[in-house]
Amino acid sequence: MTTDRKHILRATGWIFRMAWRDSRRNRSRLLLFISSIVIGIAALVAIYSFGDNLERDIDDQAATLVGADVVLHSNRLLDDGAQRIVDSIGAMSLDHAEEQSFASMVVFTGNGGTRLVQVRALGGAFPFYGTLETTPAAAGTTFRNHRQALVDKTLMLQFEAEVGDSIKVGDLLFEIAGRLEQAPGQSGIATTVAPPVFIPLDYLPATGLNQKGSRINYHHYFRLKDPARADALTDGLDSLLEVHRMGYDTISSRKRETGRSFSDLNKFLSLVGFVALLLGCIGVSSAVHIYIKEKLNSIAILRCLGASSRQAFLIYLVQLLGVGFVGSAAGALLGTVIQQLLPVVFADFVPVAISSDISWSAIGQGIGLGVWISVLFALLPLVGIRNIAPLNTLRLSLDAPSPIKDRWSWAIYGLIALFVFGYAYLQLDGVVQTIVFTGGVGLAFVVLYAAASLLVWLVRRFFPTSWGYLWRQGLSNLFRPNNQTSILVVAVGLGTAFIATLFLVQDMLISRISLSASEHQPNMVLFDIQSAQKDAVAGLVKEAGLPVLDEVPIVTVQLEAINGVTADDARRDSTIQVSRRALGGELRATYRSALTDSEKITAGRWVGQAAPGDTARVSLEEDYAQRLRVKIGDRLVFNVQGVRIPAIVGSFREVDWNRVQTNFRLIFPAGVIDNAPQFHVLMTRVPDDVASARMQQALVKRFPNVSIIDLGLILSVLDELLDKIGFVIGFMGGFSILTGFVVLTASVMISKYQRIKESVLLRTMGASRRQILAITALEYFFLGLIASFTGVLLALGGAWALAAFSFEVPFSPRPATMLLLVVGIASLTVLIGVINSRGITQRPPLEILRKEN
Amino acid sequence: MAVILSVKEVGKTYQSAGTPLSVLHAISFDVEAASTVSIVGPSGSGKTTLLGLCAGLDRASTGTIVLSGVSLDDLSEDQRARVRNQHVGFVFQNFQLLPTLTALENVMVPLELRGERNSRAIATTLLDKVGLADRGHHYPLQLSGGEQQRVSIARAFSNSPQILFADEPTGNLDADTSETIEKLLFDLNRDAGTTLVLVTHDLELASKTQRVIRMKGGTVVSDSRMQHGAR
Repeated sequence: MTTDRKHILRATGWIFRMAWRDSRRNRSRLLLFISSIVIGIAALVAIYSFGDNLERDIDDQAATLVGADVVLHSNRLLDDGAQRIVDSIGAMSLDHAEEQSFASMVVFTGNGGTRLVQVRALGGAFPFYGTLETTPAAAGTTFRNHRQALVDKTLMLQFEAEVGDSIKVGDLLFEIAGRLEQAPGQSGIATTVAPPVFIPLDYLPATGLNQKGSRINYHHYFRLKDPARADALTDGLDSLLEVHRMGYDTISSRKRETGRSFSDLNKFLSLVGFVALLLGCIGVSSAVHIYIKEKLNSIAILRCLGASSRQAFLIYLVQLLGVGFVGSAAGALLGTVIQQLLPVVFADFVPVAISSDISWSAIGQGIGLGVWISVLFALLPLVGIRNIAPLNTLRLSLDAPSPIKDRWSWAIYGLIALFVFGYAYLQLDGVVQTIVFTGGVGLAFVVLYAAASLLVWLVRRFFPTSWGYLWRQGLSNLFRPNNQTSILVVAVGLGTAFIATLFLVQDMLISRISLSASEHQPNMVLFDIQSAQKDAVAGLVKEAGLPVLDEVPIVTVQLEAINGVTADDARRDSTIQVSRRALGGELRATYRSALTDSEKITAGRWVGQAAPGDTARVSLEEDYAQRLRVKIGDRLVFNVQGVRIPAIVGSFREVDWNRVQTNFRLIFPAGVIDNAPQFHVLMTRVPDDVASARMQQALVKRFPNVSIIDLGLILSVLDELLDKIGFVIGFMGGFSILTGFVVLTASVMISKYQRIKESVLLRTMGASRRQILAITALEYFFLGLIASFTGVLLALGGAWALAAFSFEVPFSPRPATMLLLVVGIASLTVLIGVINSRGITQRPPLEILRKEN
Repeated sequence: MAVILSVKEVGKTYQSAGTPLSVLHAISFDVEAASTVSIVGPSGSGKTTLLGLCAGLDRASTGTIVLSGVSLDDLSEDQRARVRNQHVGFVFQNFQLLPTLTALENVMVPLELRGERNSRAIATTLLDKVGLADRGHHYPLQLSGGEQQRVSIARAFSNSPQILFADEPTGNLDADTSETIEKLLFDLNRDAGTTLVLVTHDLELASKTQRVIRMKGGTVVSDSRMQHGAR
């Protein structure tokens, strides 16, 4: 080994030895600094582990997600061409099953309860992979051969139904063969919205529900002789399937789709965890800043004895690397424990059984990220070491360089910004979203920091000199040297902003639906009414003393050509600028002579009545028109149940979709499609739940094909959904809030070291414990108050933006909730501050001075 | 005799609240190797600033300082640190021991910085010389003021410096302890053949050195050789 190399090794060894020696009397404090990142790392490791397990589980269980090698689906009865495709794939298959599914009302005959469900009429041995999990287990197979049904477990609970009871689907009674626990690819959330009821396909005609005009989805499931050919087969048939308006799924396509959806969820959750980590890092940076200030003399001595600035810097960098590693490892351990809970938290959202194996790659990522980010944030105060002059051993240096002029400080700020941006970009995959996220987080930090600075300025500027000593002392603690005002306001404020946003968004989503519950709005919608039933249904509603608020015909049409360009033309020539997806697509239109009050013409001219012989001037919803890339005056051709109807784009409409009423992308003037096959929607308003139940029972009894949605059901489903989503967001937001309080606790304890001498001095001069605690409580009360107030303001700003631009609802936050939050968080801050300061008052002054010196 | 420290026309100006504050004006003197020199003067006369400049702890605003044949003027802070580690020892009024290191480790630091392989053995010998062989594992907080200063002296001699700078070495000690420390300092200095430059208020201590430089208002007002100064 060369002498140089030996020297480098010895010098490196010395730095590690000094880092170790110097840490001996500070380890508990160093660990306290780093505790701020533990929660953030725990959140990320838990999320990464969950993601790893989920990816593996989706991989392992992909076949049971689909239940077949190939699935073909269409929302209309198969035409000859489509039937030939089904037959040809059937010939290549070992097994073939068929399903027709649609929304319909069912009646629980035991108690007369009615509910809109997803009826799935099944023929064949589907699923070929996995099973229909039922109780009793055999029911999943036996129901297919009898007039029996499988009913979703939550429905059974809701209507207190038992196996062996009856359920009426359309005109037919079915015996409940079993409770459906799990169907392939079905998540808890999906069943909340439309709980499934399986019946044998053979009995579907007898229900009378599959009539012409019914909105039925057709599925064909295949178990191929050579499953490996599934993708090649569907790829080859892709364009043919498109022509016949059929979609398909294979195991690998579903795997991709499911993986993509949950990768998005995982990325979102990672960002939430990352915010908690960032918050913790600010805590680390602040704590290290104070630590280095306290080390100023030791560093000056080392410099005096001949240590270079690099050596002094490296000693403390090694220390921070060490504690960063310990903190990250502790976070990873905690995250691995938390990860065991995540399958429970997310059970309702995920269509596969989630395992909770330890993910070493997640632990590695977490520790790596933790060490890197804690060092990155600690670097800001650490680079200051380079400027500590040895002259400080003799006297405080007068020529301390300003950190603002230090280009290394700016380089680190740049590195931090780049890192945050880079991490967000990896999660969001879009520059705009990344800029919005980074800007949003940055803005929140800046606003909170500005609030803290404003507080300090106001207290200094308008210092209440006439107030009592305790108040003055508590207030002056906010701006004294080494104060923790900024970091505490940022940490507590960000946590508060999280909780407040959560409350506000939940309120907003509920109010978006509740809006429709106002006095004169409909709260019950009857749909799938056949033309022949229209008058009778309206009569029944009126007989029950209920108003018919609206009655709308619905005609299914197909857009065949835009300005003479058909779907075939667009397929052949990719340079044609029309929406290929829209051409040939089905949509539900209506005809009427007047606009409703939820519509407004934004371009062109509304024509309510078609003149005989003239081409119809249709009105398009403006977003739909934009997707079609059409302008006023363009020519369209529609196929209405086999009849070609030319039309001209007459006007564009802005539509308020936030109403319980029928809204349409396409409206024909009266006098064009009035005689086309159609079904009807009727809206009424029921005064209460009892009237609603009575109406539903009467309707289902006489018109089993008519489906009913009542607002009460929507609200209860939404409530349940929001509860589940709120729980997940609350669970994740909890990490940030918890980090906020860890940072708060750590900051209070660190500032305790700063204050200890003064408190002891006060005690020596005769201050009572109560007085010292009162000073502390007042200081933390002001801190907590400004932090929680600013946090709530931030949340209000964010929620307002969401209300105005995303949900498009009026923004009316509940002041009482917000006030409670402000007071609650401020009180919690005081509590934590006081609890952590008790040590100072509970021991004799001399003991503390000896210990802390 | 060879000159170990040469100070020529040295001045020092600080920026204080935006205005220049001149604390040293055109100071010049030479110090011979193996001699003992004290710098005395009232508070604010600039003696500690001068000591800091001579030891390379700070950079002079004007003039030249040559220490052990090395001009300090154009050296970076890290280069001056190397000079200090190779040639200079320090004893401070408030001892300036690293509180997180034991007595032995404190003495070892300059040796370890030089890459000395037998640092532990050398440091143990030095602690023995200052009478603290059995206190090596104690932290500064566990030692009395006199003991801390003895550790500080052991540390100052650990790198066999050519020149030792002492800033009020007995300023924080009682009379009896001061006497012990003074004796230790001069004895070790004599045995090692080191040059000693000390700053003090204590004229009795100053009179024990071969030469006394008096300062006032940032200038040297007298430079006298003592008849009975210690060597």
